[in-house]
Formats: sequence, C-alpha cells, structure tokens
Amino acid sequence: MADTHAPGLQHHFDSYEQQQEASFFGMWVFLATEVLFFGGLFCVYLIYRTANPVAFAAGSRELDILLGGINTAVLIGSSLTMALAVHAAQVGKHKMIAIWMALTGILGGTFLGIKAVEYSHKIHEGHFPGPHFVWHGPEVNVEMFFNIYFMMTGLHALHMIIGMGIMLVLIPLAWKGRFTPDSHNYIEGFGLYWHFVDIVWIFLFPLLYLLGVTSHV
Amino acid sequence: MSEHVTSITTYLVIFFALLVLTGVTVGVAYVDLGPLNDVVAMAIAVFKASLVVLFFMHVKNSRRMTKITVVSSLFWLLILFGLTLSDYWTRGFLG
Amino acid sequence: MSESVDTFGRRLHYLNADFGVKSWLLTRDHKRIALLYLISITIFFALGGLMAVGIRLELATPQGDLVQPDTYNRLFTMHGVLMIFFFLIPSIPAVLGNFLIPLMIGAKDLAFPKLNLASWYIYNIAGFFTLWAVAQGGVDTGWTFYTPYSTTYSNSYVIATALGVFISGFSSILTAVNFIVTIHRMRAPGLTWFRLPLFIWAHYATSLVIILGTPVIAVTILMVAAERLLHIGIFDPALGGDPVLFQHLFWFYSHPAVYIMILPSMGVVSELIAAFTRKRIFGYKFIAGASVAIAVLGFLVWGHHMFLSSQSVYAGMVFSVLSMLVAVPSAIKVFNWIATMYKGSVSWDTPMLYAMGFIGLFTIGGLTGVMLATLGIDIHVHDTYFVVAHFHYVMVGGAIMGYLGGLHFWWPKMTGRLYPVFWSKFAAIIIFVGFNLTFFPQFLLGYLGMPRRYHVYPADFQVLNVMSSAGATVLGVGYLIPLVYFVWSMRYGKRADRNPWGAIGLEWNTGSPPPQHNFHEIPTVDWDAYGYLPDTPAGTGESWGIAVPTQRQDRTQDDG
Repeated sequence: MADTHAPGLQHHFDSYEQQQEASFFGMWVFLATEVLFFGGLFCVYLIYRTANPVAFAAGSRELDILLGGINTAVLIGSSLTMALAVHAAQVGKHKMIAIWMALTGILGGTFLGIKAVEYSHKIHEGHFPGPHFVWHGPEVNVEMFFNIYFMMTGLHALHMIIGMGIMLVLIPLAWKGRFTPDSHNYIEGFGLYWHFVDIVWIFLFPLLYLLGVTSHV
Repeated sequence: MSEHVTSITTYLVIFFALLVLTGVTVGVAYVDLGPLNDVVAMAIAVFKASLVVLFFMHVKNSRRMTKITVVSSLFWLLILFGLTLSDYWTRGFLG
Repeated sequence: MSESVDTFGRRLHYLNADFGVKSWLLTRDHKRIALLYLISITIFFALGGLMAVGIRLELATPQGDLVQPDTYNRLFTMHGVLMIFFFLIPSIPAVLGNFLIPLMIGAKDLAFPKLNLASWYIYNIAGFFTLWAVAQGGVDTGWTFYTPYSTTYSNSYVIATALGVFISGFSSILTAVNFIVTIHRMRAPGLTWFRLPLFIWAHYATSLVIILGTPVIAVTILMVAAERLLHIGIFDPALGGDPVLFQHLFWFYSHPAVYIMILPSMGVVSELIAAFTRKRIFGYKFIAGASVAIAVLGFLVWGHHMFLSSQSVYAGMVFSVLSMLVAVPSAIKVFNWIATMYKGSVSWDTPMLYAMGFIGLFTIGGLTGVMLATLGIDIHVHDTYFVVAHFHYVMVGGAIMGYLGGLHFWWPKMTGRLYPVFWSKFAAIIIFVGFNLTFFPQFLLGYLGMPRRYHVYPADFQVLNVMSSAGATVLGVGYLIPLVYFVWSMRYGKRADRNPWGAIGLEWNTGSPPPQHNFHEIPTVDWDAYGYLPDTPAGTGESWGIAVPTQRQDRTQDDG
C-alpha cells in the first residue's frame, strides 16, 4: 500500500495538497479550542476586574512594565523567526528551518527566563496568592488580581514550554532534511501554534501590566 | 505546490509594525484618557493580533474555511462574554 | 472490484488482516479503534450502572438503611461523572462515529489516524484517574463540582476526579477535530454536503459543540483544582470572587454537552427511520439544518440551570426565552421523522424498535425540558426528582436508545455477524418498559416535592420509589441481554451479508466486515442520500460496479 505512495504522504490521502489542507485545517480547529480555553480566563478577568477596579489597578502597578515590555518584544521577535522558519520550509532550505527554529527557541527561552525573574520577585514580595499572600496597601481584594495574573501568565508560559518541547523534536528532523516544500505540515502547523501563543500575550500585556498606570480610582 | 509564499520583506514590515505598536500601547498608557485608556489599549491589541493572524499565520491568503474558523471562535467568545455579562450587568437593576 | 483473500481462500477484512495484541493496541484503523472504544465504554457504562444500583437500592426504603449519607453522596456523584464524561459523551461518536464516518463518506480512514488512537489512550488514562479516585473513596460534590463546596469544604477526592474529567476533554477534542477535518476534506468525489447521510450532519454539529465548549470547562476545572490545591481563591467571595461565575463557566460547556450526547443519537435515528420505512427522509435539509441550529442555540441557554442561583432575574428571563427556542429545531426533527414514516413500509426490526422508543421518550424528555425552562415552574420543581426524570428521559431514553439502536443496526457491519432476532426484540421491549417504570414515577415524585440527592425521604413517597427501583431492576436486565447475545454472536451468530437490511448508504456497499482500507475502489457518488423510492433511482452505485441490493437477508439463526 505505502510503496505505491510518494514519500511523506500517508496512505489515506490522495495528494499532498489534501494532506496539507487537512493538517492546516485541523490545526486551526484546534486553535479555536485554544481561543475558548483562554477565553474562559479572560471572562473571569472581565467579571472580576469590573467588580474590583481599584484592587486590579493597585495590583497591576506592582508589575514591572519594562520587563513586560521587553518580553513582548522578545515574543514578537520569536514570531518573526518562526515565520522565517516556515518560509525556509516553503522554499526548501531545510538547514535554515532548523536555524530559524533554534533562534525561535532561544527567544522563547529568554521570555521564560524574564518571566521567571518576575515571578521570583512577586513571590519574594509575598504576592503569590494563597495563605502567605501579603498586601500592605489600603486596597481590598488585591489578591484576586494576583490569582488571575498567575493563572493567566502561568498557563501562557505552560503553552510556551510545551511549544519548546515540540521544537526540540522538530529541529533535528528539520536539520536532517525531513521537511520538503511538498511536505512540511509539522513546521507550518507548529508555526500557527507559536503565533497563537504570541497573540495571547499581546492581549495579556496591556490587560495585566498597563491598566493601572494612570488609574486614579 | 499551490501554496502562497509570503515574502520576507512582508514579514519584516509586520515585525516592525508590531514593535512600534507595542511602544505606542505603552506610551498611551501613560496618558490619562479616563475609561478610554482601556478602549485604546484593546484596540491596539486587536490590531496587533490581526496583523499576526493575517500575515504571520497566512490567513490573508488562506481558504475561506480557515477564515470562518477564526471568526466563529471569536463569535463564541462573544457569546461567552456577552451572556455572562448579561447576568452581572443586570443584577443591580432590582436595587 | 477484487476481493483480497488469504492463503485459505477466506475473504480478508479488517478483523483478520492482522492478529495479535499489538495489532490492536497500535492500530491506526478507525474501525479497530471504534471497537477498542466499544470495550472501554461498555466497562464504564457497567461501572456507572453499578453506582445506580446502589442508589436505587438505598431509595427502596424511606430510611437510610443501606449506606451512610456520605456514601450516598459519593454514589450519585460517581454515577453522574462516569455516565456523563465516560459513557454518554464518547458513546456514539467514539464508537459508531469512529467506525462509520469514513465508511459513509467514502474515505479510507479519518484524517488523523494517530490522533484517533491517541484519543483512545487519553480516554483510558482519564478513566484511570477517575477510577483511582473511586478506589480512594470517591467524590461527593455532585457531577457539577459546584464551588465553594468543591474547592473548600469537600473532604473527598475532587482533584483526581476533576483531573480525570479534564483529561477526558482532550480525548473528545481530538475526536472532534478529526471528525470536522475528515468531513470537510475527505469526502468521496461527488459527495456534496447535501448528499451526506444525516448521521454525518449530526456528528459534524456534535463536533462543533465539543470544539467550542470543552476548552471552557477544561480551564474552569483547572481553576477549581488550583483553588483546592494551592488555595488560590479564584471563586472565593472573601477575595472578591463569585461562586456563581463558576456556574456560568461550568454550564457554558455542560449545557451544550447535553447536545453532545443527544445530537449523535438523533443522527442514528434519522438513519434508522429511513432504512426501516424504506423512504427518503422527509425534510432532509431541515433535519440537517436543525442539527446545526441545535448546536448553536445550545450555547445560548446555559443560564436556565441557574434560575435559583444569585443570577439576575433579567438574565434569567433571557435564558428562559432562548431555552424555549431550542425546542423548535428539536420539534422539526421529530415531526420530520414521523412524516417519513407516514405511508412508508415500516418494518419492526430491532433497531427500529429502539428508534421508536427514542422518538417517544425524547419527546417526553424534551417537552418537560420546555416546562423546566419556564421560570415559574422551574422555581417550583428546581432540584427535585422532576429534573432527574427529565434529563434521564433525554439521556437514557434518548441518547442510550439511539446508541443501542445504532449498535443493533450496524453490528452486522462491524462484526460480520447477525444476532438473534427474538432476543434482541425482547431486550428492546424490556428496556423500554423498564425505563418508563424507573423514571416516570420520578416525574410524580418531583412534582410532589421530593428533592434530588437525598438518601432518606418521607414514607409517603415510598410507593413511587419502590416502583422506580423495581423498574431499574428490569432496565438492568434489559441492558444485560444485548451484552450476552452480542458477545455470543461474535462466535456463533450467522454470517451477515454485505447489506443485511437492504439499506442504502456507502457503508452498505462494502463488505461486512469491511476490508482493511474500507473500499477496494473509492466510489464516485452521483446520488442523494436515502434513495429508497422507486421514482428516485439513486443509489444504484453502478458507477463503481456494485448494485445496491434491495433484498433483505434472512436473519433467522440456523447455525449455532
């Protein structure tokens, strides 16, 4: 069965085109579930921030806009390198796929490193929610902001860690020339996932870091 | 292969646009616009996300079905937000 | 058209193409994965049923004399969790859908065979977590995991159970992604959307609900687990949180989940009605559209579970009206099925008995649903046995009737064997009688005011409760009979023809059981679904060399 088929084409597909369309469409449908997954969190954010505007502004002012801003730039950069990796796959430069993806991984690691620094500051200041949460200001319910901050950024970071794990598998395969212009669905599909994670951060950054700058309430 | 290949120049232009918009969103946050601060911040975020979706994720040149998938996921997000808010916004109406 | 044969001249098909445990556990064949799912799901159905036995035994007397109140709480919780997340949600899609979707659309497999196998493993891992929680002592929050009880006060194994539910969500998401992509991209040439069997439409709509709903409960469960494990009080009112927000997020998925359970069943019934009345289904496009309409409207009604929470009265009114809207597409389906039977040549084979049962019971379940969507009535019967009876009419009377009907219809296709005619009809009737005896008294109990989830009740309610428990015994026997003859038939049943019912559909145009890659030649479809009438010469299938038989196989068991 398989020997009558071209390399990289699974037996139940008729053509590379059908295989590729199926794989992209599958990835997009999966991303729709991801939209709703983070959507649940954004919904919680929306309701609680409406109910506790002062606490959210106060909590937000504790975050470091500089580090958050740098991380935004880093993540956008990693999206660029990922897009270039996909481009390399489309034009058939398989070593360049590996190089661009490795760069994407390094930028992703940088993001997580900076995130870890931020986390350790917050935990050190007693802002990790739970029994040991400390807040000296007059505002009430600031802990709720940090609940949501850690939940949202934590799940975002988890998505990045999963993404980097997948990259570790894909980079060696790319280097060995496993992906051709006809058959590189894994690279493109992974690219879609990575860009999605970037988009989530594009929303998290203003919602978590910037909301309290001018807030006088 | 009939796949559309986006040029590297386009990628670079989008990348710089995203960086500039990040700067803008930080800058605007320091200007006191009252409740409009949130509106502006979200408008910029939506615009940035659209750039990523359309160009980095190739939706601009993709099949109609992909576009429908994107739009319907956002529509369901609106259902989730909208009907949940329909409760919270009207709770006080009875005084 | 050539049949492959093995060295002994026997026809090769998916069951004998390969042997050994490994050929099953590492298979990527959607047909084998469907059978793997069938086994897992049957086990979880039996376990969930066992919990129900405990519940009904306890309720046979007004006193709490069999189990402790705490044990009772765990029994009904585990019954709900196992039946909903591990039986009803995967049942028809993962078994019948998995087996039939590629066959019905003329594809060699689902779009992502490896993900399909992965989804079965994930399902089992999820089940393992849940059973581990049961073994530890179970969970007592009710299947709804309402906060703050689940996050703060419950002393049972909430996290393990919730984790099981969370993981099972991945399995249904993978199945749904697979179905959507397969239905979009893998249809045989000429098989346009409006030529698809209604079973496919129903599964498409179901997959939409799974895709868009499941992630929300996944993230909600994570928040509950974080709150319980790390004491991050996301739904804690002391920190400005709101337990009712949990209910919103929970029901955003869990109400549409009802349609995940019932829509595939409606798809099965559409197939059965057409096949056993030998007529083109009446109002094909309306039934297809009604599936999608139910999927969409199903997302707009979740607040009707929360009329008696602190939800705003105005939101309650909106949700009440929207809930009644769902009755419209549901009624469209029921009327179209009945119209199909009108002047049809109806034959009372076992699957048709289940289809008839479905229509009657689902109608009762659906209409009581409209009653419950009415704010005033709901306040009266909220959290009573009326609600319990209502959703069992939809879930057991609807979803399980459809599942069993489908299993009886496609069993010859799946295994290549026929089951005994008498015993299967006997079981169908026993199940119908037992079901009504179990659940109809619960409508009365609820209306009289017996609350759900209590293990003791006033002596006045005993007669109806004993009727219900007696009915449950009959129902249990009814479920055991098919288990026996299905297993029996796999070895001793008469061999089935390619098309024992004389039905129309691509799955009947290939061998029973189907060959490993489903079709020796991919068909080109130039006919509409259900071309049973003589004036619609559809389904001749001559373009690929097979005439659709209209003869039915004699199904009396002569060997064995």
